[in-house]
Amino acid sequence: MSEITVSSPPTGAVDLRGDPKRRRRESIIAGVFRASAIVSIIISAAIVFSLFGKALDFALNVDVAALWADQGWFPRRGFFDLRSIVAGTFVVTGVAMLVAAPLGLGAAIYLAEFAKPRVRRTLKPILEILAGIPSVVLGFFALTWISPEIVQRFFSHATAFNMAAAGLAVGVLITPLVAAVTEDSLRAVPHALREAAYGLAARKRSVVARVILPAATSGIVASFILAISRAIGETMIVAIAAGGTGGSDLALDPTQPGQTMTAAMTALAIGSDQVKGEANTFPSLFFVGLLLFFMTMILNVVSERFVRRVREKY
Amino acid sequence: MARSEALTTSGAVAKNLRGQRIDVRGLLFEGALLLALLTSLLILLVLLYEVVAGGVSVLGERGGEFLQGRLSVVSAATAGVGQAILGSLMVSLIVIVFAFPLGIAAAVYLEEYAADTRFNRFITINIRNLAGVPSIVYGLLGLTIFVQLLGYFTGGKSVLAGGLTLAVLVLPIVIITSSEALRAVPDAIREAGIGVGATRWEVIRSHVLPSAAPGVLTGTILSLSRALGETAPLLIVGATTGFLAVGNVGFFDQFYGPYTTLPTVIFRWSSLPSGDFRSLTSAAIIVLLTLVLAANAIAIILRNRYEKKW
Repeated sequence: MSEITVSSPPTGAVDLRGDPKRRRRESIIAGVFRASAIVSIIISAAIVFSLFGKALDFALNVDVAALWADQGWFPRRGFFDLRSIVAGTFVVTGVAMLVAAPLGLGAAIYLAEFAKPRVRRTLKPILEILAGIPSVVLGFFALTWISPEIVQRFFSHATAFNMAAAGLAVGVLITPLVAAVTEDSLRAVPHALREAAYGLAARKRSVVARVILPAATSGIVASFILAISRAIGETMIVAIAAGGTGGSDLALDPTQPGQTMTAAMTALAIGSDQVKGEANTFPSLFFVGLLLFFMTMILNVVSERFVRRVREKY
Repeated sequence: MARSEALTTSGAVAKNLRGQRIDVRGLLFEGALLLALLTSLLILLVLLYEVVAGGVSVLGERGGEFLQGRLSVVSAATAGVGQAILGSLMVSLIVIVFAFPLGIAAAVYLEEYAADTRFNRFITINIRNLAGVPSIVYGLLGLTIFVQLLGYFTGGKSVLAGGLTLAVLVLPIVIITSSEALRAVPDAIREAGIGVGATRWEVIRSHVLPSAAPGVLTGTILSLSRALGETAPLLIVGATTGFLAVGNVGFFDQFYGPYTTLPTVIFRWSSLPSGDFRSLTSAAIIVLLTLVLAANAIAIILRNRYEKKW
């Protein structure tokens, strides 16, 4: 910037492009930034590459009928019944949503519509702290407190390791997510709608229940889908509290132990340095991973679409 | 402001129309909503109480020894988290070195350089999808790429491989939060810089980045605390859950060696049946929560202090 060099005496139009050295530096820097952004695409490619190779090995070597048979998921013995771990995932996710949907929705409506600014500033960090608790901590909490103090208290036949305890803890984990996305969408509802309703002398609860919530439906749906996706991918809570570390039969009763897709992957990975068992045991880790990847990606894309609908509407 | 005004007026009018009667069902409705929020608070308090009550005896009796002690799954009386704390800090260091510059640079490209082309839109969508990929899938990525494919450079199941895996995991979060911080800087600042003849990079370096720094910092600290608590991918890329052999090796050699981290130790200990390890696990959780919550608190304070209203 300090020196201004004119490369050639101005003949026709004045050259406003500046010092060529400065221009070159400028384009190099832009290139570095661009390359950094492209790294994200390389990462996506690497994920697909690392999952597909071994997942394909598995798919080619395994008897496809065995993926849908009755022996349960015991990879070390060569039983790969996908149904049992997919069912476990759905049970845990279902329990989690029973917790997260009312808690997250209620908290979001209160924060967005009822709380005075000062109250909001004090109460909102609760959710932020809750969101910052590592999942391994919630897993320990699920095993040592939720399971004996809640699940076994209400269901005396429940085992110490059970899917309900894991599901409740996952619910706690995703509550802040539901609350945050829902609150955003409630705040996006234009004030004109509220004012119109108040102008008709509607009560506050009628305004919230009949005007604001219907207007924010897309955002609420988006928050639920996102939460389901997060619950499906949650690993540590289930690995610690749900039991079924060695494998599992098809189990639909939440008070009993069961295994989810993620917990099955953890069990495979920590079994030993080289996962012992059949030739297919280790590649099955990648097959389940690929399945998990696609399930969560579809949910995320759908949720993104709902969020965009809110943005377009208002 | 306009909104609260509208609420008071509408409230007054509604009150008049109702003839000062109290809307009982409305209060019940509001109470139920507040209850949802307070339940979350209650759960948080119970969790913290349980952990502190369970672990405080260990920290009280042999706190220093516990914080420096070596990992063990056999002897609860001598086991400690010294190696785990060191491992967590080393992994964090790798995340800071790799993910932060790369993430911030990518955010600068997307917010300051990228024109609205199909390719750039694809990058943005792709980053958002990456942020939603379950952490355990990143573990498989790390296992294939950093442990096996690049094993020659990383030393296999080493601190470096684990740290790089977590760096990739938090990269989308760093990019998204930094982008938001950059987007909050008003265009007038950029235009003023360009107007006096500065180049794009000069404007970014001297005006946009300094203005966005608090927001960027908040996002990076939050992603660091996420990395500190992450367990599943490290289990896959081979953070040690058993014992750890330590020789006398130099600082840089350590990055190529076996390691363990705080959350990994918590996972391992919590799966042990012995009751002695229960209190050890709680104590380790206290250490982890202190680190994670301190990072979060710093981030929140930074945000509140430097948050600019343009």
